[in-house]
Amino acid sequence: MKLKLYFLLIILALGAKIHAQNADNQHYHDLAQQHDDHSGHSHEGHNHDGHDHSGHDHAAPAATSEPNVAPAAHSEQEAHGEFDAKETAFHHISDLNVYSIGPWNFPLPCILYAPDQGWSFFSSSKFGIDDHHHGSGHYAYDRYVLNMGRVMRVTDPTFPMGKVEIGGFGSEEKEMNGKKKSVDLVSFQGRMLPLDKASTADGGLFDGGITSFYDFSISKNVLAMLLVMALLAWVFFSMARHYKKAPGTAPVGAQKLFEPIILFLQDEVAKPFIGPKYTQYMPLLLSLFFFVLGLNLFGQIPFLGGANVTGNLAVTMVLAVLVFIVVNLKGNRHYWQHILWMPGVPAGVKTIITPIEILGIFIKPVTLMLRLFANITAGHIVIIIFISLIFIFGKSGENVGAASGAAVGSILLTLFMMTIELLVAFIQAYVFTLLTASYIGAATEEHHDHGHEDAHH
Amino acid sequence: MGGSIAAIGMGIAAIGAGIGVGTIGGKALEAIARQPEAVGDIRANMILTAALVEGAALLAIMFSYLVA
Repeated sequence: MKLKLYFLLIILALGAKIHAQNADNQHYHDLAQQHDDHSGHSHEGHNHDGHDHSGHDHAAPAATSEPNVAPAAHSEQEAHGEFDAKETAFHHISDLNVYSIGPWNFPLPCILYAPDQGWSFFSSSKFGIDDHHHGSGHYAYDRYVLNMGRVMRVTDPTFPMGKVEIGGFGSEEKEMNGKKKSVDLVSFQGRMLPLDKASTADGGLFDGGITSFYDFSISKNVLAMLLVMALLAWVFFSMARHYKKAPGTAPVGAQKLFEPIILFLQDEVAKPFIGPKYTQYMPLLLSLFFFVLGLNLFGQIPFLGGANVTGNLAVTMVLAVLVFIVVNLKGNRHYWQHILWMPGVPAGVKTIITPIEILGIFIKPVTLMLRLFANITAGHIVIIIFISLIFIFGKSGENVGAASGAAVGSILLTLFMMTIELLVAFIQAYVFTLLTASYIGAATEEHHDHGHEDAHH
Repeated sequence: MGGSIAAIGMGIAAIGAGIGVGTIGGKALEAIARQPEAVGDIRANMILTAALVEGAALLAIMFSYLVA
């Protein structure tokens, strides 16, 4: 059973990565049609809608030089202008194609695919990352550019392939379908060309979404996941070796730390919630717990990039989908009976209860997904906002006195929040495991004590 | 304007979750004071219930974020 645990751990961790990309794919398939429509409009450049950026794509150069900030002016403004706390926070919690620690940017491998130009494999150092800014590239490579650490694609088909120098980045507000949207722009040979958003699997919640290219890169989050996976595999395999070599002896080394945790999960989570058949679910529960806990804690190590992996909707979605599959595959006759045709309830009430119960099947994993995501993301955002207070009070360096005063307060607040977040890391990993166990328990429970006829075999 | 209405929605969701989690925590403390030997069971069920209450608030917050 122990050996199974370690295998499952690795499969789960690998699966999280692969499935995140698969989820990406599925999103693409679902929305391919919709997107095709959209991009079709913008590439053909017919003026079907005055607000679409189609005009921007193909119109004469005169039209493209509309009141946009010049690239130089824009970067100037970025460096010394109003400090945007919201944008900073979102930048720090999003997945990036470059790993930034302090002022250094470490390039990561980019694996990109666009249907109309095929696969591109290259290191993000090809973008010529700027060490002073937030990882924006000086070069475009195969029509891909690195804007604030995220790979975006130039939609203009006349843009040259290969390595091309670019001027800088900007953005403008566009009115599309009655909603204001910010379109990122890149300066190239004096023209401002629109960029496609970064490719993300979280439904575009944090300024990405379903775009014209697929990003399979070893991004910051994937690298963090691989590191945590390697660490967990190393710890658990070495522990397993010792258990095999000297069974029944006192725990040594890492065993002293992990044995009580595993016993706690077995005795306080699995046994009471799942019942006598708990052993077959222990690998799943322990893998979920240590994977989530490891990533929660890894994201909180200061000055190590703060990879927000469990605060990424795609990752928590994969974990929730795994739980959804296990619960519904293992769900017994009583589970489905109580959902589809609740026994012991009048027929009229059944017609109301059944739709609610069917919705409940999906709401359970959705809340599982959102809870972990929202708690971890909220923690990261709060810490970033506290740090941002320094720059807000100091007006981006104009007022040194206020900045120093705010620094003292914000460091104390940040330390306090990080202590709370340490607690949250454990609680959320525990809650995820606990709820998984309770959902499995509810689906596999034998109803011998309810008293209605069909509950008895 | 849409953003500020969504913010009010987030606030209302937070109030609801606050009342819910506060009641759960208070009742759990009362129960622990009455039966200190059952602290393990009470704590596990408290966290489970609090997580379920929180789930409703999180759904509300996510929807208000998406609408904003």
